[in-house]
Amino acid sequence: MQGAVGIPSPSGSVLEELKQADRRGRRRWTIRFWATWAVLVGLLLVFLWFTNNLQLDWIAENGPLILTGAGVTVVVSVASIILASGLALLGALGRLSRSPVLNGIASLYVSLVRGTPLIVQVYFIFFALPQIGLVLPAIPSGILALGFNYGAYMTEIFRAGIQAVPRGQQEAASALGMPERMVFRRIVLPQAFRIVTPAIGNEFIAMIKDSSLVSFITVQELFWYARTRGTVEARTLQAMAIAAAFYWALTILFSFFQERLERRMARGDQ
Amino acid sequence: MLTETNPAHVGEVIVRARGIEKYFGDNHVLRGIDLDVRKREAVMVIGRSGSGKTTLLRCLNFLEEPTAGWVEIDDVRVNASPLHAHDRAHQERVRRLRLNAGMLFQEFNLFPHMSVLANCIEAPIRVRRLDRAHAVELAEEYLGKVGLIEKRDEYPARLSGGQKQRVAIARALCMEPKVLLFDEPTSALDPELVGEVLHVMEQLAHEGTTMIVVTHEMHFAREAADTVVFMEEGAILESGPPEQVLSAPRDERTRRFLRRFLDT
Repeated sequence: MQGAVGIPSPSGSVLEELKQADRRGRRRWTIRFWATWAVLVGLLLVFLWFTNNLQLDWIAENGPLILTGAGVTVVVSVASIILASGLALLGALGRLSRSPVLNGIASLYVSLVRGTPLIVQVYFIFFALPQIGLVLPAIPSGILALGFNYGAYMTEIFRAGIQAVPRGQQEAASALGMPERMVFRRIVLPQAFRIVTPAIGNEFIAMIKDSSLVSFITVQELFWYARTRGTVEARTLQAMAIAAAFYWALTILFSFFQERLERRMARGDQ
Repeated sequence: MLTETNPAHVGEVIVRARGIEKYFGDNHVLRGIDLDVRKREAVMVIGRSGSGKTTLLRCLNFLEEPTAGWVEIDDVRVNASPLHAHDRAHQERVRRLRLNAGMLFQEFNLFPHMSVLANCIEAPIRVRRLDRAHAVELAEEYLGKVGLIEKRDEYPARLSGGQKQRVAIARALCMEPKVLLFDEPTSALDPELVGEVLHVMEQLAHEGTTMIVVTHEMHFAREAADTVVFMEEGAILESGPPEQVLSAPRDERTRRFLRRFLDT
């Protein structure tokens, strides 16, 4: 390597030193980042300790009980996201359809569901439908309400994902003689699915938290246990802290899986 | 204007287009195109950008629905049906027409979620209903022909532009069409990658593949074309063997176009 006149080009040892300094800097940054978290969470715990509100024995006693609700939370969330994805796919097809009727149905669905509160929809399915003779058990009601609600939001996500697949993909497939449906199923949909996967992950994490609303229709999930235990024993602060910690842990866990899934799917793109 | 020449090696007419008109809104893009292409003929369509050459190519396999006219490729004839373009019966006729015509795009349009081999066997298996072993055999033959057999398990994202276009050619050949339609196949390529694609196309032309190529590569047209078609303002101004159209054009506008090209 030849540097400018009078300036020696950097030797191998200097480059090596630069690399090491860079690594050291990055490591130091990471340590400080996590230390910040530890300090903030620690301060919170210390504060609760000194206000005499931490009450570890109560937490140790009731924590596992509240945790039993986490299973129902996960089951309800997973079932709801599956239902929502199905509805969203149909919704997106409707919104992209040339048919005014199908387009009208899909648009009305999206508009109506997005225009009303989730808790109203939850109440409607569980408490209002029996008035016209439709009685559903609590958990299916909750899944239906959540799936219906998220399906509407995800309709727009799916529609955008389908539209994000370049037009040339459809043209190339059509030029090979594929009929319209096959073009959609084999060429457009797999690519659209890849595009929307991160967004579905985000919706799922939001779903885990919104699933707490089904506790109001007697579903005994995480928040239901926390609320009940906290109210009965006048320990709402501890109960809510436990519930918050569990929800937080669940979302961190699923974010982790989501990241791995995305990384694996990105592998085909390299 | 119909092609007037008939070099010895070409056969009977296999692509016939008559009275092709195309409007985009009020914009009259194609003004009554008649075109005959014979078996084993290589037709190169040249002209300035905006002259309608790409639109003509896309009308031949109905990626654009012509406003009027008809196209016949081998045994399938389709009339322009702009008012009923989405009708199922029309769509099915168009689909059968497309089975006779392979298309290559400027942007390659390989399916990114499928390996090279999967790109090549998808339509043969699902559309031509070949069994998998036969489709793979075909794909390997044509991937070999474009010199990319060792890339069969790669994904498109790992290929260079030139390799992508060569895979796209193999994919089109796997459908064993009667004619290949090339829409500026080298325009999106880095200059050093143009040669490998043109080389494959030239080889195909020499082997007697019927092809219609929209191109700006004048040297390639001179080397590989049986017939050069010059378009201007949505009409065919001149067509004939390359020696005539490129070296001794009759029309003043053709001369002006070529002068600009040879200057650069």
